[in-house]
Amino acid sequence: MAGPINWLSQVGSITKFGLMSIPQRRGAATATIIGIAGVVAVLVGVLSIAAGFKQAMTVSGSPDAAIVLRSGADSEMVSGLGREATRVIADSPGVARTAQGPLASAELFVIINLPKRSTGTDANVPLRGVEAAALQVRDNVRIIQGRLFEWGKNEVIVGSGAAREFGGLDVGSTLKVGRYEWPIVGIFSANGGVSESEIWSDARVLQDAYNRGDSFQSVYVRLNSPGAFQAFKDSLTTNPQLSVKVVRQSEYYAEQSETITRLITTLGFLIAFLMAIGAVFGALNTMYSAVAARTREIATLRALGFGGGAVVVSLMIESLLLALAGGLLGGGLAYLAFNNFHTSTMNWQSFSQVTFAFRVTPELLVRGIAWSAMIGVIGGLFPAIRAARSPIAAALREL
Amino acid sequence: MNTQGNDTLVSVDGVEKIFHRGAEEIHVLSNLQLRVPSGEFLALMGPSGSGKSTLLNLIGGLDRPTRGTVSVAGERLDQLSDHRLAAWRARHVGFVFQLYNLMPMLTAERNVELPLLLTHLSKAERSQHVKAALAMVGLSHRERHYPRTLSGGEQQRVGIARGIVTDPTLLLCDEPTGDLDRKAGDEILNLLQGLNREHGKTIIMVTHDPHASARAARTVHLDKGQLSNEPVK
Repeated sequence: MAGPINWLSQVGSITKFGLMSIPQRRGAATATIIGIAGVVAVLVGVLSIAAGFKQAMTVSGSPDAAIVLRSGADSEMVSGLGREATRVIADSPGVARTAQGPLASAELFVIINLPKRSTGTDANVPLRGVEAAALQVRDNVRIIQGRLFEWGKNEVIVGSGAAREFGGLDVGSTLKVGRYEWPIVGIFSANGGVSESEIWSDARVLQDAYNRGDSFQSVYVRLNSPGAFQAFKDSLTTNPQLSVKVVRQSEYYAEQSETITRLITTLGFLIAFLMAIGAVFGALNTMYSAVAARTREIATLRALGFGGGAVVVSLMIESLLLALAGGLLGGGLAYLAFNNFHTSTMNWQSFSQVTFAFRVTPELLVRGIAWSAMIGVIGGLFPAIRAARSPIAAALREL
Repeated sequence: MNTQGNDTLVSVDGVEKIFHRGAEEIHVLSNLQLRVPSGEFLALMGPSGSGKSTLLNLIGGLDRPTRGTVSVAGERLDQLSDHRLAAWRARHVGFVFQLYNLMPMLTAERNVELPLLLTHLSKAERSQHVKAALAMVGLSHRERHYPRTLSGGEQQRVGIARGIVTDPTLLLCDEPTGDLDRKAGDEILNLLQGLNREHGKTIIMVTHDPHASARAARTVHLDKGQLSNEPVK
């Protein structure tokens, strides 16, 4: 047992001496820390976009809620359902009911142009016609300013994300779309979900405004339980009167977010990877200079009997600690700069804008710090091996 | 020229050391024989490049011979693995370097403590040994000082305290006065002489200074890879 303890004590001592000598080479050490901080900040920052977008999409769907589209439709944009079909869907087994009837909302989805507050350029904003159960088939939708529109009137309520991102959506102002002017009577939130990017009105009024007759594009339903989904789906897909696609809301939104999430994640990793290569060279440079500056010190320690393995591990710990300092700095900067930063982007499945907030999650921070650790280990390895393998006798005479 | 006897501490037999510089072979030591009895103060002299530091490094286990054997207290150094050789150095050898080789970020007492970190002594025991070693070199009052605040002579005395703190079998000094003025050098030589005479330390000292070698009990001369008892002409 004394052997490993002695070895650990050697590692601890050499590491301590290395860390104590950092002030003498603070320029190189600072450059490395900042370089690695940059990699981590960019990685975490870019991935926080994907995390925020994904969260906006996935928070929208609960496992006991489903959405019904026309068979073959990937999104509401290309779906269509008649009134009779929506009634059959609402009356299907598994759909939760209240005294007012089934918790099903047949909905209409159109896109309008509104200027972005940030750039002034037009963006596609979803205008959704809903039925009375709309607030119950979704989680966490609540009015946070003003009131709900009156059923049968051409009034709208606006999601908090849309109100923040797009111009002219304040309570009290009027929206002119279709054949009508639509007073904005309230703002609603949906716990950061995709609904916050939308404008809602009474589906029947919207049908009339857009000459849609009695057609809808989707039916949102609340089920008795998550387990009721399969029976609900089977009853609809085996019904010869219907030709529909039934998915859980959670799966629907996950699928909707997939393209953008994958794109952002891939780009994020690519950028971070390229930056990481640069950072590895920075770390290598720092540790090679550390080894060069301490050649005689390290050789002296080895002459006194400190082992080569302890030298390697100590130098790698030193490199790792420098890198972790960079990782923590980068993660902290990313958190301060990006977390909860609100923006909007195009959802290519619905061709409409989704507002969301960047999310610097603990998982992303851990991932960023793991990257910094990896850079530190790679950057420290070769200089450490060189230090441990250089001939002691020659190194002792280095000035 | 060999000192034979039952109390031989260091035996160098048929040692050859060749360095390679590109394709060129440089023969530094050739079929070299040396015996150093326990308790001797031996000076190893020779011109620059004669191989005296190389020989000292071989005896101290810092390098390995190309051919031949080096034994210290019956241990064949050329047969030890790097790991065991490092442990052997920690246990048996104290080094004193020309440029002191102190850790600039550590105080005198922490520098002296370094070799003790490789032992199983407790912190209190280490502190006791450090104090004794610093007292032996007359630097008790400077134990909290950093190397940059000490004179060259004082730094070398810290180096000697570090070399003797583990009570090693052998003290190897490579040009210990080479970077000091005459007065400081004399103090260091007095110290080494005292360690040999009063404490029975076996010391091998590499030097090119006849004034320094005069303090040793025996001087051998190295030239062109061979030892002789006569100074190099």
